[in-house]
Amino acid sequence: MSVPWLASRSTRGVLPGNPACSGCPHNIGLRVLGRILGDKAVLVVPAGCTSIVAGYWPREGFEFPLLHVPFASAPAVASGVRAALDLGGRGDAIVVVWSGDGGAADIGFATLSGAATRNEDILVMVSDNEAYMNTGVQASGTTMWKALTTTSPVIGKTEERKDIALIMLMHKVPYVATASIGYPSDLAEKIRRASEVKGFKLIHLHSPCPPGWRFDSDKTVLVAKLAVETGAWILWEYDRGNFRISPPSTPYRDKSRRKPLAEYIKLQGRLAHLTEEDVREIERRIDENWNLILELEKYYASHVKA
Amino acid sequence: MRVKVLMGNTAVAEAVRMAGVEVISAYPITPQTIIVERIAEMVERGELKARYVRVESEHSALAVVYGASASGARVFTATSSHGLLYMYEMLWWVANSRLPVVMAVVARAIGPPWNIHSDHQDALTVRDAGWIIGFASSVEEAFDMTLQAYRVGEDRRVLLPVMVALDGFTLSHTSEPVRLPEESEVRGWLPPREPLPFKLEPGSYFAVGNLGPDEVTMELRWYIWRAMERAKHVIREVSADYARRFDRSVHGLIEGFRVEDAKYLVVLAGAWSGDAMEAVGMLRDEGYPVGLVRLRYVRPFPVEELRELASSVRAVLVVDRAVSMGHMGVIAGDLISAVRGKVTVKNVIAGLGGVDVSPDDFKTMIKGFIEEYESGALDSWFYTEWYMPWVRRG
Repeated sequence: MSVPWLASRSTRGVLPGNPACSGCPHNIGLRVLGRILGDKAVLVVPAGCTSIVAGYWPREGFEFPLLHVPFASAPAVASGVRAALDLGGRGDAIVVVWSGDGGAADIGFATLSGAATRNEDILVMVSDNEAYMNTGVQASGTTMWKALTTTSPVIGKTEERKDIALIMLMHKVPYVATASIGYPSDLAEKIRRASEVKGFKLIHLHSPCPPGWRFDSDKTVLVAKLAVETGAWILWEYDRGNFRISPPSTPYRDKSRRKPLAEYIKLQGRLAHLTEEDVREIERRIDENWNLILELEKYYASHVKA
Repeated sequence: MRVKVLMGNTAVAEAVRMAGVEVISAYPITPQTIIVERIAEMVERGELKARYVRVESEHSALAVVYGASASGARVFTATSSHGLLYMYEMLWWVANSRLPVVMAVVARAIGPPWNIHSDHQDALTVRDAGWIIGFASSVEEAFDMTLQAYRVGEDRRVLLPVMVALDGFTLSHTSEPVRLPEESEVRGWLPPREPLPFKLEPGSYFAVGNLGPDEVTMELRWYIWRAMERAKHVIREVSADYARRFDRSVHGLIEGFRVEDAKYLVVLAGAWSGDAMEAVGMLRDEGYPVGLVRLRYVRPFPVEELRELASSVRAVLVVDRAVSMGHMGVIAGDLISAVRGKVTVKNVIAGLGGVDVSPDDFKTMIKGFIEEYESGALDSWFYTEWYMPWVRRG
């Protein structure tokens, strides 16, 4: 699924001129979703940036049938939509929750966990911009350690970020992957594969946010790529028993091939206050995370389903 | 028609089965549990062709049936007390989306302290959300109201969610004979849900609930307001039709008991109305000209019926099982605004937390009220009395 192939698709999903900020990562992710599932999906969108990006009535920013729903309700609403579509003979429809990090990992986490436990046949996209951006950049459960937000404005966030993809993997669902808006072909492939899986699937999408992270709006893709190239964001995929590190992240299993973390950090105003010691600590955490992912890869490789 | 002994909870489950509900989702809470256990059993045994979604919270239960209802399915959920409060946000989302969701609320006190017994604080706390709220007073009525809820809520003139409240334990766990109509008759009376004007399916591009001008929000509220006004008529019509078809004596927004030539009226809602009626019967025998009005629905509020009845009496006693703290009993406040000062009203709060109120207690309350009126005490000042005979007043 090359970028030219994606561009040539007639289904759009996202319409030009919608109210997203310039450089908005959600628009990139939604555009890829639209190219793959534009004519197959029903969208459920909880409160968040995408509630705005979707457009101001009577205009409409997307080409999707879309239900706007309260913050903590989306995976449950999607379960209800799924049940009714199945009863109405539309088992072929793909019910997609397009959520932010707050909706999925924090306020809506119990709902997400419930839907995963039931193995609902839905696809949950978590477009993670690492803070509550729609309300003005407040710290969330996935905000990285030390990052400045409007509720951690001086010292930076003092807590570690939670790994929602791994938490969901431990729900024993058939499909979980991480992805990045910097790698649309990888994202497209994962959306396509997920859409062919029956049951609960979740894609945790890394979505760097220009105003929230304080970088120029033409650098969204660059920052997203640097997150992968420095090893700070690891792309992996779990598909019914198989766990593997995705091609864009493969070179960075080898620590020496990762770009210096400073290249990623220096572009972001939210991290401008970090000391050298802080950077070393973040590097240590990145190494720890890699070790965990590599161990998981090893574990699943030795327990592959026949 | 056959007579079967059912509890309030199993009667509601039976109504759900006969209504051909397609998607059910609920989270267990005492004293609602038997409703959802019974329905889950019906689904697993194949007695009801439906999907039962076991969720992790009440918020999600209402979210699931919201999603299913927005996709055209006939749905049901049930809850109680804290569960209903946990749903609060979704209650508004469902009503403002004009979806005919039906929910049984097994009325129960709100903590702390923990208390699983009946009062009406849960159902009346959510009265402003845009749900039609009915109060059953017998097991048979819980069955009837649940079936009627689908006809009323799905009616094109209404399109609103409906709550059927039944008192915890006094109705939910009490067995009474119910005259059950044949399933085929019910199917004839309650056709399948009409398709929505939109179809939430791939390839149809539209959004439900997105941002818009403030005027749109206000207009949509006005539509709900008008639908509630029309719902009064639709409830009268649907319940009268049901009564004719299935041989019931009670229908409409209220039930009057010995209201003819009454000079005093007692107004209340819910299962304890039966005890109050017994008291009114005894007082009539003693020569007191008293009648009773039981509210079958508190939303929409039966303003016209109450105004007419109140115009011919000297005074009204409202006995409330729910309080608006800082003001008065919830129904009393509504009734006083409905009768617009045309009649003297006294308000008594009783039975909170499931405190038993016997026919004798009602007799004491009603006699006290009549004496106070006749002595002129009610004219000079108004206060809300708390009926707590176990508390010694010094």
